Amino acid sequence: MSTATTVPGAEFADRRIGLTDHLRHIGALTRRNLMRIKADPESMFDALLMPIIFTLLFVYVFGGAISGTQGAYKQWLIPGLLGTTGMNLAMAVGTGLNADLKTGVMDRFRTLPIGRASVLIGKVVAEACRGLVAYTVLIAFSLVIGLQLKTGITGVLAAVALSLVFGMSLVWISMLLGLTLDNAQAVQGIGMLVLMPLQFGSSIFAPPSTMPGWLRAFTRYNPLSNLADACRHLINGGPVAHSVTMVLLWSVAITAVTAPLAVARFRKVT
Amino acid sequence: MTTQTAPAPNGSGQQASRAPRSHDAGPGNAVEARGIVKHFGATKALDGVDLTVRQGTVLGVLGPNGAGKTTLIRILSTLLKPDAGTAVVGGYDVLRQPRQLRRTIGLTGQYASVDELLSGSENLYLIGRLLDLPAKQAKARAAELLERFSLTEAAGRPAKTYSGGMRRRLDLAASMIGRPRVLYLDEPTTGLDPRTRNEVWEEVQRMVADGATVLLTTQYMEEAEQLATDLTVIDRGQVIANGSVDGLKQQVGGRTLQVRPSHPAELPAMAACLAERGISATVTDTGLLAVPITDDAQLTVVIGVLGGRGFGIAGIDTAVPSLDEVFLALTGRPTAPQTAEEAVR
Ligand SMILES: Nc1ncnc2c1ncn2[C@@H]1O[C@H](COP(=O)(O)OP(=O)(O)OP(=O)(O)O)[C@@H](O)[C@H]1O
Ligand SMILES: [Mg+2]
Repeated sequence: MSTATTVPGAEFADRRIGLTDHLRHIGALTRRNLMRIKADPESMFDALLMPIIFTLLFVYVFGGAISGTQGAYKQWLIPGLLGTTGMNLAMAVGTGLNADLKTGVMDRFRTLPIGRASVLIGKVVAEACRGLVAYTVLIAFSLVIGLQLKTGITGVLAAVALSLVFGMSLVWISMLLGLTLDNAQAVQGIGMLVLMPLQFGSSIFAPPSTMPGWLRAFTRYNPLSNLADACRHLINGGPVAHSVTMVLLWSVAITAVTAPLAVARFRKVT
Repeated sequence: MTTQTAPAPNGSGQQASRAPRSHDAGPGNAVEARGIVKHFGATKALDGVDLTVRQGTVLGVLGPNGAGKTTLIRILSTLLKPDAGTAVVGGYDVLRQPRQLRRTIGLTGQYASVDELLSGSENLYLIGRLLDLPAKQAKARAAELLERFSLTEAAGRPAKTYSGGMRRRLDLAASMIGRPRVLYLDEPTTGLDPRTRNEVWEEVQRMVADGATVLLTTQYMEEAEQLATDLTVIDRGQVIANGSVDGLKQQVGGRTLQVRPSHPAELPAMAACLAERGISATVTDTGLLAVPITDDAQLTVVIGVLGGRGFGIAGIDTAVPSLDEVFLALTGRPTAPQTAEEAVR
């Protein structure tokens, strides 16, 4: 605290916050968010349990029926689910922001001399850390049940990276929901409501070729199909140019449209 | 609001004086707000409020529900932008120098703003770090404040396991981490039990003794009397009275001594007996003898006179005027249309 350095009224410009200060603030806020995850381990289940349950359910219950063999279906399903992990993580940013707004914690932060973006970045970094655990566990689990990494470790890492990029673009939508909706349950509820049909109406679970025409049209323009295809090809080998490009384009487009809205909303309510 | 008349054991540690500190930084005002206006749609939450807090003093902002107290505090702590008006806190403009201003203030809002999932000490440590304290210092400061607010035992538990009073105390501690020069407290003791309330009062007095300036809102005249040097009374977004606590007390009347007789039938005789001595007393609907008093010596006199005449006394209490009574005295109308508690005199 440097209170003695200021002569009231002497300077009209507001003091800037230095880069190291910003980094320290982000560090402290990230630490806080990680401690929240630790204090509420159930929140980890969303990121982990859902994909694991989906994997078990689909591979062992429907896998034979969908793909003929479970082995082939694993190679189909798991890369796609891995791809959606970034998306699930992104949704947690919005619920977290919403909780902070509702409990008055955000008010406390806003009376402190920190940049308001630090609160947000702290959330994203913490979710990225959660992601690290989630991806590791999911990949380990997949290997245990027999996923073959046909392109080796680089393929998986590329899939994870793509999943994260796509997830980052959804952070803005998640923020927008978190800053607009009434409570965390609503954020989660709306998130589910939108994501569920998107997930099932994509190529994640089954090849679109067996679907009726209208649904096939939907899956074709569903970014989650692109994401699933890209991850599948990155892990199993195959043409990746089109699907990866599409995922990147979607990410850029989503960010371009929703980031300014989210930032404006963030400025307004915080 | 009633308090026991037993000689108050005021000697619990060093009681801060309510007078401004002698080593005041000149005649400066720590907070100066002029013509603050804030409308929410059709609601005029603040309608041209002027307010001044002198350096090193405590200003009590008194007002009923919806008067605009919280809105005012939020504007003065940069959480809300005023529609019109200017405010300078610690020499910094709320609109032009918000970041500087935030370094000089601490805020305990009306509703707790602690992280429920984090422990008490983690909550305080986080704020210390966000205030740019080195890690070691932030830890030490957190421990110090937890100790002061009797939270050391609960320090490691998540705040969601705290009682309402403990959360309030944690919130107060959080606002004091950076040793703010200006402290805002929005209804700091609403909902606290008397013991906890006294703890909070003592802590506020200690802050003031250390040189801080405090702006606190309250709905209780008693709290204002305990802590504040000056009072600003607001209603429906406008200042309706302003001045020193003593001055306002003169205006609205001081405390009232309430005597419960052993034999209610003697009430008129008791009143008559006091009247002989030039002390005006009234009999209330609730069967009490109400005697307005201005200082403690009068208490002794009244009791002495009644005892001397052999009247039995079953109980005594002193009542500070309630907010309702203050309003009635200042504006000639009650705070709210609903049941105004029966006025004592
Ligand atoms: N965000 C808001 N949107 C709309 N109206 C608001 C908002 N905040 C406050 N108000 C209105 O402004 C008025 C003043 O509210 P404020 O919270 O400042 O009162 P208060 O004096 O703090 O009351 P209380 O003693 O109940 O805390 C009220 O009529 C309230 O309904
Ligand atoms: Mg209020």
